[in-house]
Amino acid sequence: MIVELGAFALILALTLSALQAAMAVAGRIRRSPVLAGAANGAAIGAAGAVVVAFGALIYAFAVSDFSVANVAANSHTDKPMLYKVAAAWGSHEGSLVLWCLVMTGFGAALARARDLPFGLKTSAVATQGILGALFLAFAVFTSNPFARLDPAPFQGASLNPLLQDPALAFHPPLLYLGYVGFSVCFSLAVAALIEGRANAAFWPAWGRWVRPWALASWAFLTVGITLGAFWAYYELGWGGWWFWDPVENASFLPWLAGAALLHSAVVTERRGALAGWTTFLALLAFTFSMLGAFLVRSGVLTSVHAFAVDPERGTMLLAILGVTAGLAFALFAWRAPQLKGGGMFAPVSREGALVLNNLFLTAAAATVLLGTLYPLILEAASGATISVGPPYFALTFIPLMAVAFIILPAGPLLAWKRGDLKGVGQRLAVAAGLAIVLALIGWGLFEPRKALSAAGIGLGAWLILGALAETADRTRLFRAPLGETLRRAKGLPLGAWGMTLAHAGLGVFVLGAVVETGYRVEAARPIAVGQSIEAGPWTVRLDDVRIVEGPNYLAEQGRVTISASGARPREVTAERRFFPAGGQTTTEVGLDFRGLDDVYVVLGERTRTEAGAPAWSVRVWWNPWARLIFLGPAIMALGGVLSLMDRRLRLGVGARKKA
Amino acid sequence: MKRVLLIAVAAVGLVAAEPVPPPDRPLPDTAQEARAQRLFDDIRCVVCQHEAIADSPAGVAHDMRRLVREEIVAGRSDAEIREDLVRRYGDFVLFKPPLRLGTWLLWFGPLAALLATVAGFAFLARRRKPETAPLSDEEERRLADILAADQLRRDPDAKPSDD
Repeated sequence: MIVELGAFALILALTLSALQAAMAVAGRIRRSPVLAGAANGAAIGAAGAVVVAFGALIYAFAVSDFSVANVAANSHTDKPMLYKVAAAWGSHEGSLVLWCLVMTGFGAALARARDLPFGLKTSAVATQGILGALFLAFAVFTSNPFARLDPAPFQGASLNPLLQDPALAFHPPLLYLGYVGFSVCFSLAVAALIEGRANAAFWPAWGRWVRPWALASWAFLTVGITLGAFWAYYELGWGGWWFWDPVENASFLPWLAGAALLHSAVVTERRGALAGWTTFLALLAFTFSMLGAFLVRSGVLTSVHAFAVDPERGTMLLAILGVTAGLAFALFAWRAPQLKGGGMFAPVSREGALVLNNLFLTAAAATVLLGTLYPLILEAASGATISVGPPYFALTFIPLMAVAFIILPAGPLLAWKRGDLKGVGQRLAVAAGLAIVLALIGWGLFEPRKALSAAGIGLGAWLILGALAETADRTRLFRAPLGETLRRAKGLPLGAWGMTLAHAGLGVFVLGAVVETGYRVEAARPIAVGQSIEAGPWTVRLDDVRIVEGPNYLAEQGRVTISASGARPREVTAERRFFPAGGQTTTEVGLDFRGLDDVYVVLGERTRTEAGAPAWSVRVWWNPWARLIFLGPAIMALGGVLSLMDRRLRLGVGARKKA
Repeated sequence: MKRVLLIAVAAVGLVAAEPVPPPDRPLPDTAQEARAQRLFDDIRCVVCQHEAIADSPAGVAHDMRRLVREEIVAGRSDAEIREDLVRRYGDFVLFKPPLRLGTWLLWFGPLAALLATVAGFAFLARRRKPETAPLSDEEERRLADILAADQLRRDPDAKPSDD
């Protein structure tokens, strides 16, 4: 009964979204506040209906109702409750309902936004309604999560056990809040193009309206991607955290476009300039989100992450992507030349620095897009198969970003309109000197000596110190009495602190990524109980291996003692789990957190030593500074949240009460 | 009884669910082994989903690792080993695609994208005539003089970097 209610609610949501679009369009054309208000009501109703549908789906998973095909295919009675619930968004159908939930939820928030002018808001609500209706129609007609099975099986087929993990339970919701949050930026951009204000005063206000949505989506996406990377790190047991896998790239594309959008929207808000470019990025960010959904769900990519896929659904998604993005960009091509630009600025200025930031971020996004799609295009065009992996991105993406990072700390110190490069150089001299010293220390400290990795350490330090130098400069630290500095620090807007945090967080990430990639030590060989492996300074001894029983798996659990001279020995367990329901085996990494470093232990297959004694293949990594890889993005997201709480942004959109 | 059965099934599963390849035998020479490890990172396991042979537990990956190690011991250079792998498995096997006519756009596309956006911005900046020309240095100086002479107090907090 509850399942039928869910199916009904999903169809109701589709109807309401379609009504929302129709009434908003009619309300806009007739300039009728009543119709526009009804469209807003329909938007809120649609969100409520999807909440009911999603709740019904979770209920079906929680009670293991195997008469629902989706539950039977993706759950199992032995699963712990958290993973039963999380399985609701672990399949194609369920995750699509989550997608629609976020989309209509953001649509409802948009419908409640005050302070937006009538025309802009109504057009945006109409666009959001069209997007919602398209994706809900896709869910209802091709991917019904509530389809029944008759006869119902007695047991479910379970979910891929790799996904049975807390980080992965929360990874999709956060990721979708990011992906789909950009749909509001998309709708606001389409609305701005339709309203086509030739008046220059319109754009600063529009920049202020679009920025909170971009910030929130970007912050969610940052956390979502980081959780995914962390999951890959400790669940796959390969010692790595980013593989330039096509699906990882697909999530990275909207992130890059969103980061560019955030920066470009600042220029539009403050100076009314770059209006066309900011609208373009707002369209691009959500287009990339939809492209990602298509790539993951259509089966055109081979990836560890791809959903159980179906070409027919892929075609449908491609059609949605083509129609929405195609029409939006056509509208852009038509209207953009008529947009009236705002203030002028010299090449050396805050605006100029933000334009540079955008150049590099979009070139980086183009690189990732090219690397992801090129093998597909080449195979379709010539039949030749190639693989584009980490070495390609190391030669293209990373140099682009490195140049951008060298320039980055100067940007916030430049004045608007016309900046003084020499003054900025003076104010950053200390940070630059320290960064060079730290690079040299890094060069001497780590074995083996690597010039590029040392340069990377300097770059990370430069980002952190540069961000701090900017705050120190604005608060006149060491140049004015402490009381004066504190007064100024209190007076700094939250947005300024958010920016400092985000830029410093990027530096923290760079440090972690550079040191982990450059200096990790791996060791692997079969060892018997009592024997040990060395990796860097660490000795890992296999103490014993026993069979333990989990809720829905059996595991060989190896206990190892990790020790080094001068460090207290610690014991961790590494497991190899076998899931009888699906017949799969997974690894559970043993992680020993040592300060910033990780000692990472993977228990492999049972085998024999060369002498013929029973043994296990054990792989050990020493990952120096790995902690920073995940800490950095968390700091960046925190910076985004701080900016979001800035009073100046809150003035713009009234309905962001949840923030 | 059910539990015993389950454990028995699982134990068999743990040992024999898939034909487990024998463990890798690292090369005795550490420099050679380090070379092998570096190569493993850039070679794709041909039956896997975007995995390097360094990471893959698949049997094929194991065979490929053994092949690479054998060739290193036989004294081949990294380039020769890559060529040999491409002969056997095609370009697909390398995570770094070769530079040839078909991949020209792939390798130079990023730079082209950067140059194209730079050109686009430069074009737009040039096309748009300034509504009011910015002040020249001389004019700035005169403005500063006037401001100083008029005894207009500047806001002590107003600083170029304060926004």
